[in-house]
Amino acid sequence: MPKVTFVQFTGDSRTVEVPAGWTLMEAAVQNGVDGITAECGGGCACATCHVLVPPEWAARVPAIGPAENDLLECTAVPRTAQSRLSCQIQVSAALDGLTVNLPERQS
Amino acid sequence: MSIVIVGAGQAGLQIAESLRRGAYEGRLVLIGDESFPPYQRPPLSKKYLADQMADERLYFRPLEQLEKQQIEFRPQTRVTALDREAREVVLASGERLPYEGLALTTGTRVRPLPVPGADHPAVCYLRGLDDARRLRERLPAAARVLVVGGGFIGLEVAATARAAGKQVTVVEALDRLMARAVAPVVSDHFASLHRARGVEFRFGVGLASITAQADGSFTASLADGSSIQADLLVAGIGVLPNQELAAAAGLECRSGIVVDEYARTSDPRIVAAGDCTWHINRRFAAAHRLESVQNAVDQGKIAAASLLGQSVPYQDLPWFWSDQYDVKLQMVGLSQDHDAALVRGETASGAFSVFYFKTGALVGVDSINRPAEHMLARKLMQTGAVVPPEAAADPAFDLKTCLPPA
Ligand SMILES: Cc1cc2nc3c(=O)[nH]c(=O)nc-3n(C[C@H](O)[C@H](O)[C@H](O)COP(=O)(O)OP(=O)(O)OC[C@H]3O[C@@H](n4cnc5c(N)ncnc54)[C@H](O)[C@@H]3O)c2cc1C
Ligand code: FES
Repeated sequence: MPKVTFVQFTGDSRTVEVPAGWTLMEAAVQNGVDGITAECGGGCACATCHVLVPPEWAARVPAIGPAENDLLECTAVPRTAQSRLSCQIQVSAALDGLTVNLPERQS
Repeated sequence: MSIVIVGAGQAGLQIAESLRRGAYEGRLVLIGDESFPPYQRPPLSKKYLADQMADERLYFRPLEQLEKQQIEFRPQTRVTALDREAREVVLASGERLPYEGLALTTGTRVRPLPVPGADHPAVCYLRGLDDARRLRERLPAAARVLVVGGGFIGLEVAATARAAGKQVTVVEALDRLMARAVAPVVSDHFASLHRARGVEFRFGVGLASITAQADGSFTASLADGSSIQADLLVAGIGVLPNQELAAAAGLECRSGIVVDEYARTSDPRIVAAGDCTWHINRRFAAAHRLESVQNAVDQGKIAAASLLGQSVPYQDLPWFWSDQYDVKLQMVGLSQDHDAALVRGETASGAFSVFYFKTGALVGVDSINRPAEHMLARKLMQTGAVVPPEAAADPAFDLKTCLPPA
């Protein structure tokens, strides 16, 4: 199973295994990783699953869709060039080893 | 110290986890009568029904996560009575569990079809995972699907069934869709959307009876004398709050278990949260019941705070969403008693919002395929921003400028 690492705003980090087809958001929530609220349960409707994907991974994660792009304008911590909604990123073998940073807050 | 939570759904789990986050260290028992770990219901009429989702993805947490938090989860366990004198809950097995604090998060159950023939095997409902599995199993073999009720669940099922190539008819007793929740302009938009995808509607007429046919299908007779042949019927005609336990124990109930703005019932040791409550939210003058994830989560947090001896009033902004085909409807506020509904954007474009006002004040916003506008609307309402109706109706006006300075 691919492994991904979530780095909290405080610097604490957790690495978890992600079953095929799950989203990054699900990987976090199911493993009790703090810092991702995911109010809408992955509906691309709440912007509370904001993560920052480092530039070296940017090309490997699936591209930002129009709905995600719109919603990224509404994150609690303002969007940066690294901002993504973790519920819109399906984890595949190609993302094994991915590390994402969490923003200070989600709402 | 021991806290018992009755009902292991969204609100029950929220209370359990909020208690642990609030440094509650005593015994914590989460009792549910279903056979699954606590799970999300919204996907049941959406992705899960379309067969795109494994069961495990519905669960909020794997069981180890509950164990880790020392939440004693008791699935397949039904609470049959509350003994308030002894401060014990009584289980179906006869076992009694003592409590110092008790939370009731028993949710709702579906309203059964009140017509002759409703026990036909083709009749399905959708509330729990069991229902969803049954529906998902039966859907492939059904060519014609009859949906009774043009509310959120009925329409989501209609969309999923239509996308799977079924012939779909929706019968709605009122004259428009989602009539309790949205303005006619939104109802009409969704009716056109479904029609364009091939769904047929019968408005203003109720179901009268269901008659079995020899081949396993059925004939649904409508109140106007017409009839519809179909293979599968999905009823989405509303829910009833599970309040019998509370009522039998002498707790005050209306259309739901009555709680104050701190989620406390008429017994100070007992709180209640989620779909089963008739509650006060400081934002609104009148008490009401709400069926939404937002309410289960936010009121759950308030209930947990009350169990911890704090008094945090419930004043969160209600929000809700519904997915039909690739169209997302998002709602914020409560717009039922609005006196003006203004459209922002072009309905024909498929992406617009409706701003609801009451005596000049913004009371709610429905957004169709405009997630960013929905989030902005939440911010506007959260901050109590003054939004002039003319500004809301003018797409050229930047509503962000209505936000109070940060
Ligand atoms: C198909 C469907 C789609 C939905 N879509 C959306 C959506 O898109 N957006 C949204 O905001 N909301 C949606 N909702 C509503 C949302 O899921 C509910 O508001 C939410 O689940 C309420 O949580 P709850 O904990 O109050 O109740 P529930 O989740 O119903 O949990 C109550 C639990 O208590 C158990 N219980 C009851 N009595 C007893 C007893 N005596 N002993 C033991 N256990 C008991 C029940 O079996 C149940 O498991 C949807 C609901 C359904 C059914
Ligand atoms: S979980 Fe709501 S947008 Fe990602």
